Amino acid sequence: MKFFRLFFVNLLLFVLVCGLATAGTLDDVKAKGFIQAGVNGDLFGFGKPDEKGVWRGLDVDTARAVAAAVFGDANKVKYTPLTAKTRFTALQSGEVDILTRNCTQTLTRDTALGLDFCQVNYYDGQGFLISKKLGVKSAKELDGATVCVLPGTTTELNVADYFRANNMKMKPVVIENTAELAKAFFAGRCDCLTSDASQLAGNRAVAPNPKDYIILPEIISKEPLAPAVRHGDNQWKDIVNYSILAMINAEELGVSSKNVDEMLKSNDPIIQRFLGVSPGNGEALGLDEKFAYNIIKQVGNYGEVFERNVGVNTPLGIERGLNALWTNGGLMYSPPFK
Amino acid sequence: MDSKNQPSKTVYAKTVKPPVIQIGPIGWIRKNLFSDWFNSVLTVITVIFLIKTVPPLVTWAFVDSLWFSTGAECHEAGGACWSVVTGNFRFIIFGFYPHDQHWRPFLAMILLAGLLFYSQNRDHWNKYLAYGWILGLFLMGLLMKGGILGLDTVESTQWGGLPLTLILSIFGLTAAYPMGVLLALGRQSRMPIIQSLCIVYIELIRGVPLISLLFMSSVVFPLFLPEGVSFNNILRAQVAIILFTAAYIAEVVRGGLQGMARGQYEAAESLGLNYVQTMRLVILPQALKIVIPPSVSILISAFKDTSLVVIIALYDLLKTTQSTLTNPEWMGFSAEAYIFVAMIYFTCCFFMSNYSRRLERELNRSNR
Amino acid sequence: MTANHNSKTSGKVSFWNDPSKRSILYQVTTLLLIGLLGYYLFSNITHNLARQSIATGFGFLQKEASFEIGEKLIPYSAADKYARALWVGVLNTLLVSFIGTILTVILGTFVGVSRLSKNWLVSRIAAIYIEVLQDIPVLLQLFFWYAFFYEILPSPRQALQPIDGVFLCNRGLAFMVPVFQPAHVYMAISFGIGCLIVFVLRLWSRKRQEKTGKYFPLFRSSLGILIGLPMVTWWLSGAPTRMDIPVLTGFNFKGGVNVSPEFTALLLGLVLYTSAFVAEVVRAGIQSVSHGQTEAAMALGLKPGHLLKLVILPQALRVIVPPLTSQMLNLTKNSSLAVAIGYPDFVSVAGTTINQTGQAIEGVAMIMIVYLFFSLITSAFMNWYNKRIALVER
Repeated sequence: MKFFRLFFVNLLLFVLVCGLATAGTLDDVKAKGFIQAGVNGDLFGFGKPDEKGVWRGLDVDTARAVAAAVFGDANKVKYTPLTAKTRFTALQSGEVDILTRNCTQTLTRDTALGLDFCQVNYYDGQGFLISKKLGVKSAKELDGATVCVLPGTTTELNVADYFRANNMKMKPVVIENTAELAKAFFAGRCDCLTSDASQLAGNRAVAPNPKDYIILPEIISKEPLAPAVRHGDNQWKDIVNYSILAMINAEELGVSSKNVDEMLKSNDPIIQRFLGVSPGNGEALGLDEKFAYNIIKQVGNYGEVFERNVGVNTPLGIERGLNALWTNGGLMYSPPFK
Repeated sequence: MDSKNQPSKTVYAKTVKPPVIQIGPIGWIRKNLFSDWFNSVLTVITVIFLIKTVPPLVTWAFVDSLWFSTGAECHEAGGACWSVVTGNFRFIIFGFYPHDQHWRPFLAMILLAGLLFYSQNRDHWNKYLAYGWILGLFLMGLLMKGGILGLDTVESTQWGGLPLTLILSIFGLTAAYPMGVLLALGRQSRMPIIQSLCIVYIELIRGVPLISLLFMSSVVFPLFLPEGVSFNNILRAQVAIILFTAAYIAEVVRGGLQGMARGQYEAAESLGLNYVQTMRLVILPQALKIVIPPSVSILISAFKDTSLVVIIALYDLLKTTQSTLTNPEWMGFSAEAYIFVAMIYFTCCFFMSNYSRRLERELNRSNR
Repeated sequence: MTANHNSKTSGKVSFWNDPSKRSILYQVTTLLLIGLLGYYLFSNITHNLARQSIATGFGFLQKEASFEIGEKLIPYSAADKYARALWVGVLNTLLVSFIGTILTVILGTFVGVSRLSKNWLVSRIAAIYIEVLQDIPVLLQLFFWYAFFYEILPSPRQALQPIDGVFLCNRGLAFMVPVFQPAHVYMAISFGIGCLIVFVLRLWSRKRQEKTGKYFPLFRSSLGILIGLPMVTWWLSGAPTRMDIPVLTGFNFKGGVNVSPEFTALLLGLVLYTSAFVAEVVRAGIQSVSHGQTEAAMALGLKPGHLLKLVILPQALRVIVPPLTSQMLNLTKNSSLAVAIGYPDFVSVAGTTINQTGQAIEGVAMIMIVYLFFSLITSAFMNWYNKRIALVER
């Protein structure tokens, strides 16, 4: 009976300890010394390890920016590749601290799934990739087409809506994995591949013959891709938000990883405040005063991050478009860092 | 079977040689391939079928094939492109495990193979072997994980390929065995509540596909845990595999328990042994020995079933292969890569099932 | 288990030494522990769900699914409810299991009998087939066949046409079927009548054989009735021959029957894998009938056909059917791997539902319940069958 008594006591203790251990994500993260980020794993330009196993991409850099803000070291991130199916559970269960896996912000996800979306780090829209050989010029000509689409994504819903709205019929082919899906498309399993335009560019970039494929002009949806955190942890959400906004703000202010050290000596009060030369911002967030400096120094401003991962000089070759600064006709806009 | 009723040997069996066409190769062919018209037709059809399929296959696989080349060269050649395997060999086998540390999983696999080889011989089955296994598995885990003795820590999220497949199945079976034995004992128990609980568990698990348990481990299990506690997905998949395998082991062990003669129980009872002693000292040692061959079959299916973790995006042997195939350079060579992986699976399973059959024969013989 | 016999001893026994009381204590403790664990997990779940404000309950079944499903047996569109989408999934699972079971039994029996063939070559090939296909994970086989379909076969515009009206391309197999006509209904009715006649005929012939000993060629005459009657009906109603031929319009083939590569690959993989196990079952079943039975039947002068039907099969089936049923169940359970190659079976649709609604617990519970239901039906059948053959036993 001794055993049982011991067992019960332990169980009770376990319950108690677990009940108490509900500190905020920031404290948890600080305690363990790194951020666990949920990323795509298969998506070139957003989240994928290179040949040497180093993670690269826009989403990866977002997580690195948060790590730079929290620890002053952008490398204190560990990555968990997640499928479309497991991504939200992984965040909900606390397996990852931040989900930067090209997730579209929607009302349902923001509410019923128990997530909070942060600042958008990429404005995307859904399009169609199709073989030139078929001679299709517009998405309106796709009646009866076989469409490759990732199951359980907003794209799956959008494409169904689009075909319904235009009184067309489609035959979906659903394969769980981004890369598998692209492979099926290039092998001719389906007539067109639908996904976010950025992903299509990525898929085309790695196609056996990129010139054989075109992206149709129609963009059928809005896909604001944003990192997500658990619902209700406002401090952590603020940190993620302002880590991204810091990158955008830096681009607005003309601060980049190359000139950030010089900028520390700048007389401009806005820049002084931004880089933590005159204190205040860091404390408000519960971070080091130099958090923005660390982000810019180690990761770069938004423009740099964009160009490095998906920009025109990468295999993806994506124009800034909606992701340009608001001053250049885009949507990237940062509130003042005051 | 009795051999009494065989006709008694008659006298004319002197040393008269049988006609040439009944012995030697010709006789063998006549007997085995052309014994009657139906067999002859069958043989001819089969031979034609073999001639039609085998030579082109051999040409594809060995003559026109490329072994060490780039993907582009492969696309031009007509034969098999084994380069997809040779070129990505280390990734397929070891997954994301840090490149310069590959000797560690390799050593762990050698260790495992050594243990398995040593355990083959029934003379080696004793207490020390069990300790050896526990130590061996522990060492394997240590080698993979690192963190001490100057080894770098490698998070289990980076484990992949063949070591992951082996770990999931071997650890799965080892951990599931005690649980399976307990479940089997529970099912045989006279206590109605315990019995029904065990029956419900066993039948529930055996009634659902493994993939539903894996789904559960990847999307539902995290919700069971208190806030702030989480396991990584490899561990969760491992738990699912253990829970799944245990139910099947329970049924196998139950078979062994039922095969025990009543006299064994009665003898134990008359010696004044209590339940635990009866089971531990008398029944289980015998019952478990009977069920070793079917247990090996369970290991085989567990080994094959681990491939299902592909569906929840763990990088086991099959997933690393798939991952390689999505690389544009190697697109279109699925057949070659899958054949290679199939050969790995086949070799392992074939040896195991042969071994289990041999063991069954040996045990049957020694039981007589 | 035998240790705690209710050994009634006279006089008072201490609490610990009374097996029946002890067993009650054990059971109560177990129940308590499990109850506690259940409560603990349940409270965690409710807490987690509330904290993350995840919706609960099955209300989502009545919401619009708004995703398309590629293959469906009943009309379905993105405007339908989740419940209907899931039903489409269940039907797809049943379809592949049903066709798979039939093909597996046929192929498995064939291979199993081949394995026992006196022909060395044939039995070797069957042995290799069994050994190789058993030892390769079914998922790998599915991937292999799926890749085979879309990597090797040409696009619809260059579709292979092995026979007229049959097209094979990387979108699957398209073949022609007769255009629906009233004659087909009449044919179905006459087939039903044929079945009835055969049934009556069977009763009659058995009675007659018992009475007079005369043998009636039941099999041949039944076959004649079952095929002949619908054919005559077809001929009488004007012999309509219009066929619905698949035509390449736009992107894909329209008309006829289209079988997708996913379905074909799934079916092929499941059938090849399971038939290897069924072959072993069949072989063991046939071998379980001792040779003396055959010799005795031959000595009685039974023809080979009757020998098989009256002596070997009834005995072999008793050994074959239970493991065969569990193989069929395995096939059904393995059909859940469809999700890996994109065939919209129940697990796949439920997976999408989980993802779109975020209600993982309900989704996984539904998957488990549906498969448990299949298992229960199968074991009910098993029990019924076991009882039936137990009666035959003397």
